[in-house]
Amino acid sequence: MERSKNRLNPGWIGLIVAAGLASLVLLVAYLVQGKNIALFNPKGEIAQEQHSLMMFTVTVLFAVAIPTLSVAFFVAWKYRDTNTKTVRTTNARVTGGSHSKYLVLLFWLIPTSGIILIASTMWPATHRLAPQNSITSDSKPLQIQVISLRWKWLFIYPEQGIATVNFVQIPVNTPVQFEMTADETPMSSFWIPNLGGQLYTMTSHVNRLNLIADTAGDYPGSTPEINGAGFTGMKFTARADTQTNFDQWVQQVKESPNSLEIGTYEKLVEPSENNPVAFYSGFNSNIFDNVIMKYTGTSEGHMDH
Amino acid sequence: MKELLIGKLNWDALPHELFTIAGTLTIVLMGLVIAVVLTRTKRWKWLWNDWLTSVDPKKIGIMYFIAGGVMLVRGGLDALMIWLQQAMSSGDSHGYLSSDHFQQIFTAHGNIMVFFVAMAFVFGLINYIVPLQIGARDLASPLLNTLGFWLFVGGIIMVNMFFVFGGEYAATGWLAVAPLSGKEFSPGVGVDYWIWSLMISGIGTTFGAINFIMTILKMRAPGMTMMKMPLFTWGSLCSMVMAVSVFPLLTATLFLVYFDRVLGTHFFTTLGGGDPMLYTNLIWMWGHPEVYVLILPAFGVFSEVVSTFSRKAIASYKSAVFGMMGVSAFALSVWLHHFFTMGAGADVNGFFGVMTMVIAIPTSALVFNWIATMYKGRIRFDTPMLWFLGFIAIFAIGGITGVMLAVPPVDFQLHNSLFLVAHFHSTVIGGVLFGVFCALSYWFPKFTGFRLNERLGKYAFWCWIVGFCLSFGPMYVLGFMGASRRLDHYDSSTGWQPLFILMLIGGIVIAIGVALQLAQILASFIQKKKLRDTTGGDIWDGRSLEWSTPSPAPFYNFTVIPHVSTRDAYFEMKQHSIPKIVYEDIHMPKNTAVGIYISIFATLASFAFVWDIVWLIVASIIGIIVTFVIRAFDEHTDYILPADEVQKLEEAQAKKTSADDRASAHMANDTDDDMGLWELITIVVSFFLDIIRNKRWRKW
Amino acid sequence: MVGAHELNHHEAESDERLAFGFWVYLMTDLLMFAVLFAVYAVLHGNTVGGESGRELFSLPLALTETIILLTSSFTVGIGMIAARQGKKSQVLLWFGITFVLGLAFLGLELREFYTLIQDGHTMQSNAFLSSFFVLLGSHAIHIIVGLMWVATILFYIKKRGLNSHMVRKLTLLSLFWHFLDIVWIFIFTLVYLGAFV
Repeated sequence: MERSKNRLNPGWIGLIVAAGLASLVLLVAYLVQGKNIALFNPKGEIAQEQHSLMMFTVTVLFAVAIPTLSVAFFVAWKYRDTNTKTVRTTNARVTGGSHSKYLVLLFWLIPTSGIILIASTMWPATHRLAPQNSITSDSKPLQIQVISLRWKWLFIYPEQGIATVNFVQIPVNTPVQFEMTADETPMSSFWIPNLGGQLYTMTSHVNRLNLIADTAGDYPGSTPEINGAGFTGMKFTARADTQTNFDQWVQQVKESPNSLEIGTYEKLVEPSENNPVAFYSGFNSNIFDNVIMKYTGTSEGHMDH
Repeated sequence: MKELLIGKLNWDALPHELFTIAGTLTIVLMGLVIAVVLTRTKRWKWLWNDWLTSVDPKKIGIMYFIAGGVMLVRGGLDALMIWLQQAMSSGDSHGYLSSDHFQQIFTAHGNIMVFFVAMAFVFGLINYIVPLQIGARDLASPLLNTLGFWLFVGGIIMVNMFFVFGGEYAATGWLAVAPLSGKEFSPGVGVDYWIWSLMISGIGTTFGAINFIMTILKMRAPGMTMMKMPLFTWGSLCSMVMAVSVFPLLTATLFLVYFDRVLGTHFFTTLGGGDPMLYTNLIWMWGHPEVYVLILPAFGVFSEVVSTFSRKAIASYKSAVFGMMGVSAFALSVWLHHFFTMGAGADVNGFFGVMTMVIAIPTSALVFNWIATMYKGRIRFDTPMLWFLGFIAIFAIGGITGVMLAVPPVDFQLHNSLFLVAHFHSTVIGGVLFGVFCALSYWFPKFTGFRLNERLGKYAFWCWIVGFCLSFGPMYVLGFMGASRRLDHYDSSTGWQPLFILMLIGGIVIAIGVALQLAQILASFIQKKKLRDTTGGDIWDGRSLEWSTPSPAPFYNFTVIPHVSTRDAYFEMKQHSIPKIVYEDIHMPKNTAVGIYISIFATLASFAFVWDIVWLIVASIIGIIVTFVIRAFDEHTDYILPADEVQKLEEAQAKKTSADDRASAHMANDTDDDMGLWELITIVVSFFLDIIRNKRWRKW
Repeated sequence: MVGAHELNHHEAESDERLAFGFWVYLMTDLLMFAVLFAVYAVLHGNTVGGESGRELFSLPLALTETIILLTSSFTVGIGMIAARQGKKSQVLLWFGITFVLGLAFLGLELREFYTLIQDGHTMQSNAFLSSFFVLLGSHAIHIIVGLMWVATILFYIKKRGLNSHMVRKLTLLSLFWHFLDIVWIFIFTLVYLGAFV
């Protein structure tokens, strides 16, 4: 079969592809300017560390991949059959492999070193950033209990004596420990990307997630794990603000007309979508423990490690 | 009484919504068209004898390709629907799909693409090519082969059956995580269809995997030791060893889900002592190796294509083999990385993170191997090599993002986001699908005796590349922006909509690419005389045994089983003179309809399980057993093709081949003269105009 | 015409292949049982306040079942020796005894299930019982399949005589039966003995 004579020079093809990719990158960058690129917009120590770890990993990977890909495309271009000005191998007949053992060793050593580098950084970081690790800080930690319901989030503040739906406010520079479970809901996931990574919320389990905010602001929260028809609407807002404003807010909520009694709670458990934000001036102190008891027969739940 | 007869079926189960009616009509219409064509051309017998009951792995391979191609379009339409919904559904607009419907669509999309497209193409390739590569006439068990194929078809029927009966598919995501897939949260029949379509096609896959392993280990040509096998065969072997190890896990787990739903057991329920986390572990112990089952044959294909098109042996055969084996071995030890966020603790998460990263090592070794193979070669950039270059770039991105996801604290931010979706599409499309396209364009001349239209092939390739970048590039960015997967709506303040619109455009470009691929196949058939392989079966100057047969190969593959002494066996043979052929008797298996019958019963049983029709369950199982016993004790399942028959067939074929070669010799075989798109459209349009003008339908 | 020698060679090759393929199939079956064992291991403590294995199981019963099944494997072994020697009536006798033993095993097991269910310990009661019934039930279903296999093959041997095809099938059946015996040993150890540890 004869090759086409009016082919585009592969060098030009490479340039067009590169130009195309560059334009795509620029276009996308333009389209997202001013928006919350949460993973590049860490607003707390946990999110910051996760971001740094991600950037480190990407850097090492690109350090290996970009030269490799460049060599690959360069080799493909240089040794194309229409290139008459290059030296080619004379041992096409050799069927047992045509290269030196040391070169082959390199095939394996290069990726191994990259992976060792990433893994040795990843291991201590994974331990440090385990979600149940308390965050060391001068401020006294804030405890918030979370129950995933269909399809909304219930937040209970045991110390402050208030409860909210689809809205959680925290003071900045204060470590927050979320103690999370679920009631009559499939596995869900609790995620505030600006503040840190997610953790699953499951019936009969109590998972602990520690987060901290260093900047005031409203941060979106959601459940990345599908849990039924209404899962898209299961969103909440996490507001970080000064300690003073937080205390003020708690007082305001305490003046809400509604309180989270058992009856109100039972109603919340029933499936509903796109729930508006709600505030409760008080709550029945057995609610969280009852949920655990319902699924495990004990008041402890299965603790994460 | 009614329940005894038809179980849970009722009038409500019949199509009464727009999409179920449309789906049912499409299925019925397709069936009608095929039936009419077959009747008019009097080809029912031919179809039954030559194709459906065939045990020839070449025929079964083609049938897998056709089924996979049809399901690619079906799954692709699902994808377009998803792109469209997400591009529209911002702020006040909620798109055109309800949440529940949207969730069913992406679930079906995932199941169809993995089970009925990717697996189909992989099985088709292994069926057709591996026996030819190892010098065998057939697979070890022709019966298991046809049975496996028809069970796969049963799975296709079940995954589409909901259009006609039931009106809903699972809305849980492609792996139906517990407890969402339990009776409490998914009370309809959707998840039951999910269970049974995966159950029968999974069992078919297990049979296929057993068969392929038996074949590769026990039926190689004399002299072909393991370390002389072609690399596609190695990739297939590694893939099938993994498949046979993990598909039983899927089968068992599916039964447990079924028991929870129908028998009220408490394996994965929230109450009664059940443990949903157990399901997550079990399903991913199957699910992760499954994707490596798909990619390893692709790695094998690329090794062969790079070597053949660079006109050089692979740089290091041993490194390639150990690379593929390394990937397979590690693939079995990484499943927890799919749920780092479930709260396992740093030691467990860390261990699985490390094991996951380690897979990048043999994979990279393979990439370096391919680069070294190209080095100082004389590379031809026909379509197969283009697909290889596309694969290198996109799969590398997939691999990089994979290692990022393997770092648990980073995964906490990326899990179930669109970043994850972009990652696995980069690896599955860039790796598996491009590998399939590369393989199909590489071996198409072997299947048919003529090559594919290069021009349209190149257009299709570029559409895929551009479309892929447009539809998955922005997806990575969306992941960084905190966008989760499977969302059917989002606030306009997020600023995600422009990116979703860009992705939709990319999707349309990909759809054009697929259309061009179909056009390419059509154009190649139209121009087949011009595109004929006049080299006697070795159009690419190949290195492995499949190129030593005519194109297409005769039903018995080889006149005489070759003796092999080196790697790249055919390349070595070409350096010496061809010995004179001494004809011998050939032992061949007879066609059989047993695979079809058992699968019909299996599909009926599955349907009965979904709708609780107890008498049908019992009857179908009895049917399976009886059919199987009859076949098991049938001692006349083979026949002998005598040597003089073989000689007659070959001489007749040789005459025909030289006549065809002479006819084609007058036509230039320059790829410049390959039909272009405009020319194809003109031909097709004038074909239909001719039918209409001359009222040719009257003859029908 | 194919010489008898070539046909035999061909048959010997394909026999070996078939046996190998059957081993691979047995491995997949073992993997399915492995899932059920793993599930039992994880869930056997989840009785939701109900009785555990220690209270519900009868070790003497389980031991009896084990002895019956072990004996049946022994009789299969003798039957196979007879098969290879071409002794048709011996084959019928020993596989017939195997059938009876298998039936006895099944009977005892079904009675155990029946008693449990009558007392309100069903697979719907809790996760422990779900995993118990499904694990043992799957084994029982395999035994039933094995029994059907024995009956069918004995029927055909009576009808067609003991030729090489039949011996080949008997070999696969014996592999299957021994496999089921081994799975039972695991069940006896992990489920019954394990409950009393």
